[in-house]
This record gives sequence, structure tokens and C-alpha cells, in this order.
Amino acid sequence: MKQLMKGNEAVVHGALVGGATHFFGYPITPASEIAHAAADFFPRTGRHFLQAESEVAAINMIYGAAGAGARTMTASSGPGVSLMAEGLSYIAGAELPCVIVDVQRAGPGLGNIWPEQSDYNMVVKGGGHGNYHNAVYAPNSAQEMCDMTARAFDIADRYRVTVFILSDAYIGQMMEPVEIPDSVHHAPTKPWALGATPETRDNLITSIHMSTADQAAHNWKLKAKYDQMEAEITDWEEVFTDDAETLFVAFGITARICLTAVQRLRARGVRAGLLRPRTLFPFPRTRIAELVEQGPVREIAVVELNDGMMADDVQLAAPSLRVHRLNWLGGQVPTAEQVLDMAAQKAGQR
Amino acid sequence: MASAPSNTNVRNFVRIDSCLCKGCKVCVETCPKHCLVIGSKMNQLGYQYARFEKETCTACGLCFYSCPEPGAITVYRNEPADREDV
Amino acid sequence: MIKHKKPDAFYDTFERKGAGQQTTHYCPGCGHGTVHKMIAEAIDEFGVRDRTIFCSPVGCSVFAYYYFDTGNIQCAHGRAPAVATGMRRVHDDAVIISYQGDGDLAGIGTAEIIHAANRGENITVFFVNNAIYGMTGGQMAPTTLIGQHTLTTPTGRSAAIDGNPIGMCELISALSAPVYVERVSLGDGNRVLKARRAVRKALKNQIDGVGFSFVEILSPCPINWKLTPMDARKWLIENLEPAFPVKSFRDTGTPGAVATARATREPSRPIPDDELVKLLGSQSEIETIDRVTGLPEQRVKIAGFGGQGVLSAGILLANCAISEGLHATWLPSYGPEMRGGTANASVIVSEESIGSPLVDEPTTLIALNGPSIDAFEGSVVPGGLIVANSSLIDRGPARGDIRYCMIPASKIAQDIGFQGAANVVLLAAYAAIAGFPAIDILRRVIPHALKKKDLVDLNLQMVDAAVAFVAEHPVAAPSTAPQPIR
Repeated sequence: MKQLMKGNEAVVHGALVGGATHFFGYPITPASEIAHAAADFFPRTGRHFLQAESEVAAINMIYGAAGAGARTMTASSGPGVSLMAEGLSYIAGAELPCVIVDVQRAGPGLGNIWPEQSDYNMVVKGGGHGNYHNAVYAPNSAQEMCDMTARAFDIADRYRVTVFILSDAYIGQMMEPVEIPDSVHHAPTKPWALGATPETRDNLITSIHMSTADQAAHNWKLKAKYDQMEAEITDWEEVFTDDAETLFVAFGITARICLTAVQRLRARGVRAGLLRPRTLFPFPRTRIAELVEQGPVREIAVVELNDGMMADDVQLAAPSLRVHRLNWLGGQVPTAEQVLDMAAQKAGQR
Repeated sequence: MASAPSNTNVRNFVRIDSCLCKGCKVCVETCPKHCLVIGSKMNQLGYQYARFEKETCTACGLCFYSCPEPGAITVYRNEPADREDV
Repeated sequence: MIKHKKPDAFYDTFERKGAGQQTTHYCPGCGHGTVHKMIAEAIDEFGVRDRTIFCSPVGCSVFAYYYFDTGNIQCAHGRAPAVATGMRRVHDDAVIISYQGDGDLAGIGTAEIIHAANRGENITVFFVNNAIYGMTGGQMAPTTLIGQHTLTTPTGRSAAIDGNPIGMCELISALSAPVYVERVSLGDGNRVLKARRAVRKALKNQIDGVGFSFVEILSPCPINWKLTPMDARKWLIENLEPAFPVKSFRDTGTPGAVATARATREPSRPIPDDELVKLLGSQSEIETIDRVTGLPEQRVKIAGFGGQGVLSAGILLANCAISEGLHATWLPSYGPEMRGGTANASVIVSEESIGSPLVDEPTTLIALNGPSIDAFEGSVVPGGLIVANSSLIDRGPARGDIRYCMIPASKIAQDIGFQGAANVVLLAAYAAIAGFPAIDILRRVIPHALKKKDLVDLNLQMVDAAVAFVAEHPVAAPSTAPQPIR
């Protein structure tokens, strides 16, 4: 039977069936329930929870635990993820697998604790220095908070990358019925990890490549990995796209609102549809291009709680159309009617 | 306390790998028995390397521990006196 | 016989540095190689090479993994103690060495070393203090002496501008958890032998599971001090040692040592999968019902003072929806206002999957106090319903196009014996009027939803009282014409 729980609690349930054994946390609203639930569930299921002294320490504890072969994770919000940028870059360079949950709040700076989707560029484009990407999943329900987190550990191990669960204050705080998966995943054998054994004694976890040739080869290898991820794990959901002339593109909480908006438009006889990226990296750019080139799509409206970060990516995928940017900031979340009003207004500006 | 062997059939000595010595002179200055000197020859790294000179070595190991290079110094104790590969 | 030779814990040749390489990258007379040698020798002596993991820092010793034939991990600047902590939690039997310089440990990584020490992590930290940034070419370190010239203190370090050199042993030994804290010096041969003993002890402590050991090594940097290797050693003795006293700060192995606050952590292993699945599975097996279809989407706003049970009433409602096989969302107002002040919860219940969880136009408003009805009365859809706590609301309906149930919920709750359950009275009244949730389901869910089991009976009485009240006071249909509001 389904259980009513917050998206943030669902993350921890998903992590446990996903095989996570080590959680390193630091409190921050609106992500703290994840640490609370982890502090409860991890120790009593024979796993490890540790509250770090900072997000900087937390991400480096993850670097150590992942380097030692464990399935490990943390959860935070924008200000904390900013602090993790250094560690994320090292993790990418050293090709370590881990899972990070970002329950987005409004920024910049301390901002406030209401939802924005303004960590999009930071998380989807990498976040730290150097040429790298994270896999980024964008849940829009408590169920997906659970399921995507569980899956994230497999993806992280398969590609040896950081997998982000890019959530927001509403998806994290909202309660919904959740079905907990009943099969538990486990980490594969990791011959590259530091096992404190004779077999793994020669292993080295590092992001240093002193010669330009070595660094170039390493970076091209990472690039090939990201291309492979695009071919293999790009994920999205489509609603009414078969005959949609007006295509909404949104992720996370705004996709929920857009679904209501699209249903209302359909009720009024308007051919509207919704494309919801489930992965933001890799981004379903090929599918968006297909819909524009082969389908009846005449206009695209990207609805986001930022000033048009994903709209830039949609515009790149659909250069022949002008992409309407429907943006809300500061923690303000639109109703479906407000989305429809702004869509009509933007369409009228053409 | 370590001392030089009284038995004349054996001796203590220090072998310095001339290729690994960076000529910092720390071993020379540290040796309580003044067994080591910096020679005039230069190695492939461009350093005038240290060499073992006097037979008063007690194999105390101070040169070994003071030397910053992992493999430059090996200390032998009670080796046959006629050993010639030093 | 060989008395002293290159330890086995070093690679034979340093292939990671370059094919066939046998020398380190360290400058002539540098102290790092000496410290490396002591550590390698101790690893050999204790026979722990296979289970040793060496954490390289950022700084001159960044390439320690060129040399140590152990597991190796290269860490971000200053973060090695956190990395070591992460590994410690994974491998109980690993021998974990954090090797750090002064910029790394005493500057950028101050937080990580202090907290790893304070947790009493069973790791060994070797802190090489040469009072300058070596790798980057000779800038001021946190341990640079007053008056010492560096690239960033060209006229000498000034206490007024740069602060004073920081004593890490002094800081670490102010904590209760570390078991061994000692500062040693590489100033001359005898000091080197003392340093060797400290290195050995610090590693042994970890192997024995004793706890956090910290050895600070005053070490020469001839190149950046612009001195010959021997002059550097002399300068070290004459200048660094007075500023950084060479001594044992704590050794719990010695008599009279400070008792430690470190608690032993038991190794733990994940429970079996079936136990985990059982634990995470539904804790409550409430008998569900298949309701007759045709329930219009319920968009319910519940509002009141913080502490009136606004959020929990919403959770109760959403739990009832699950038991009736319906979709549900519950969205709180959260944050500071949750802890005092006003609160509201948005609950949507639907036979279809739910889009936006926001309730801006509620089909029902459940108002627990006056400010709540004032705030949300106007947003209720025409034909909608307001269930209001008339005990705390001293006015009548303002609109004619919606239905009202004014119920003295606080008084009813107080009469039954628990005023805190006014929220349940209001929720039950809503259920009785709306036909959702089924009263039977509400009664079944309450025992599972309540944390305080001794309040179950009282809460069930609330439900009965509310149902009786609604039966006695039928809710009137709205007038047909929508009224202008406020």
C-alpha cells in the first residue's frame, strides 16, 4: 500500500532501496527532512549517517567514501551546493560515483526558502571548474523523488559520475502517496576503488593529469562518456504532443502546473501539449528538435522559476522558433491560470 | 651505542647511489663520524653527489633518516671487509 | 647485512613520475622526503602496506602517490581529513594517513582538520610545517613567522596586517578527543630520530584502534627560505622552534595524560534486503474501500494559527484519500511561520493524477480562526464550501454564492475533553457534508495517523460529535446569484 510522505522523505526511502550505505549531511531549509530521515533510517538499517561540519566537508567525505567504493550521497539546497562546487569538480575529474539531491530555494545569496529552479545552470552545466557534467534528474512528484534517487545510484555507478536529483522546495515539502519499490539494489564490484586490500593497493584516485596530452585524453574520454549518456539515459515525458501546436516545456514543479494548464487549454479546444524533461543532463534536445521539425508545433513556451535558463537550451534545440519564456522568480509559484495568462500575453507579442 | 667494529674482518659502510643524490649535504653534516663528503663529480641530475669516505662508520643510520631521497642511501653493518662493490 | 635501506612501502621506481624515475620531485634538502621515509618505514614495520590508504594533499606533497606503494587518493586543498573520514566510515580496517602541509591544513583546511580531530577519527595526520607555501613559489603560510619575508609579505609578516603564526598542535590539543598530539623537528640528526619515533607511534595508535593522532613536523624548505639545506636546518632550530615549541602535547599512553572523549564506534553492516523492504514498506495496513466513482476534484485549503493542527488535519485528509484509492497532494506553508504564527495546508484529492498541487481557488476552505476566513473566504470557488470554527470567528458569512458550515469546533472539542482536536471536528464536519472522506475511513485512519495513541478515543468522539452537529444543522444551499465580495 502507498504511504503518504514528503518528497524529501521519499528520497531517503529511494536511497535505501537504491543501495546507499553512506549519507553525509548538513542541514539547510528546505532540504533538511532528507538529513532527518537519513539520520533515522541509515543507522538502524546498518548504514552510516554523519552530519558534516559544512557542505565542503560533506562533499569531500563523499569523495572519500565513493573512492572507497561505497554508494554515498548528500542532500542540500543552492547555498550548500555552491559550497560543494569544488568537490563536485574533483569527483568528476576522478570519476567517482555519487548522488546529490538539490532541493532548490530562491537565490541568489541567502535568498529565501521558497521554490525557484534557478540552480539549473549551476547543476546542469556542471557547477564547478573544468570541463565536466553531472547526470541530472528532475523529479516532479514524491514518487519520482523515491524512484529517481533509487535509480540514480545505478546510473552513478554505470558511468562513474555524480547524479543530481534537482528538486525544489515544493516537490521536497509536498506530501503524496508513494509506493516504495520492493527490490533492493546493490553496488557492483568496483575493481578501481580503494578497498584497503592487496588487490586494490595499486589503485589511485586522482584528478591530476600533469601532461597536456594526458589531460586532453582524459577530458575527451569524459566527453565520450557524456555523449554515451545522451544516447542511453535521456528521459522525458510527453503529454498531448501528437497534435500539439503549442508546446509547453517545463520540469519539476512547473511541469505539474503546466499539466493543469494544458488540460485546461485542451478543454477549451486548444491543441496544447507538454514535454517534461526527466533528465536535464542529458537534455532531450533531439526530441524537441524532432517535434519542431516533424510535428505541428508552432510555438514553444518554457515555464520556469528562473529567468529562462532551460529556455536557452530549448531555443538551441529549436532555432527556427521563437521560444517564449514564462518566468517567475523570488519563490513565487504561478497558478495554472497565471501560466495561461502569461502564455496568451507572450503569444500576443509576436 | 653504535661503534665501528673492532673485528678487522668486517666493516660498516654507507652506499650512496650517485644517480639519486641531490647533493644537499645534509648527510655529510649529520654524520657524527664525518664519514661522508661531497665529491667533485656531477651526476646526471647535475648535482655533485655525496660519497662514503672514512671507515669510522658505526651504521647509526642518521645519514639514512636525514637524507630526503628514499633510495639514495643504504647503510650496511658488519659486511665482509674485503667487499669491493662500494 | 643491510641495516637501513629504502623501505618496501615505496615503489621501486616512481613510474607515475616518469618511466624509470627513482628520485622524488622534491628540492635538494627538502624535509618531505625525510618524513616520507619515516612513514614508509613504519608501514613496513607494522606490515600494513596492503591496507594503507594514503591521502595526498595539495601542495608540494601533492605527488605523494608517485612514491607510496599503497592505496592512494589525491584530495582537494585542505580537505584530506574529510576525505579520510569518508573512507574511515567505509573501511574499518584500513590504515588511513592524511599528509598535509601548512597552507593545506592550517589555512584552507582548518575546519576539516579541527572537526576530524574533534570527532576523534581513528586516522593519522602528518602535518608538515615549513612556514611557507612551497608549491606555489613561496607565499605566506598561516605559520609564517612575524617578520619572515615571503612573496606576499615582501617586507616581512606583520601581526597587525596578517595576524600571528598559528599553532596547530596547540589548537588540536585543546580538543578532548585526540589521543596523541606531538610537534617534532627535522633540525638535526637527533631531532630526526625523535620525529621518527613520533611517526611510528602515530601510526601504531591507529592500527591499535586508539584514535586520532596528530604529528606536526617542523621541516626545512631551503629553496623558498633562500638558504642552503644546512643553513635552513640551522634557521629552523633558531627561529621556528622558539615560535613552535617542540614537545608532546598529549599522549594518552603516558601517565597523567588527559582522558579522551572519544567513544568507540562499532562497525555496522547493512541489514538483509528483506528486512529493509519490510521496514520501508507500509507500516499501517488500513482496510481500504473501493469508493463509488464520481467524486469531483477536492481542492481543500485548511488554515489557522500555528499549533491548531492545520498541517496534521491536511495529512489526515490525504491519508484518507490513499485509503480510498484516490490521488492526493498535501502542500504546507512551511518555514518560520510554521513555528508560530499562521499556517495553512493545501490538499488536493482527485480520481485523476494531480497536476499543480497549489490550491488558489479552493472548493473547500476549512478555517480554524478569524484571520483564516478573512484571508481565504474570497478565493473559494462559487458553489464551494466553507467549514469554519465559529468558536473563534465572531462574524457570519460574507458571501451568498457558497455554502457555509459554522461549527463551534473548539467548544465541541473542549466539551469532549481535548480542545486541541478542533481540527478533527472541522475535518469530520467537512467529511459529513462533502461525502468525502467516508466517515468510516476517517475513523479507521485516525488511530494510525495519531502519534499519541491515548488520544484515539477522544478523537473518534470528535468525529461522532461533528457528524451529529451536521445532521442537526444541515448546510443551506447557496443563493443562485454570486454576491460581490468585500
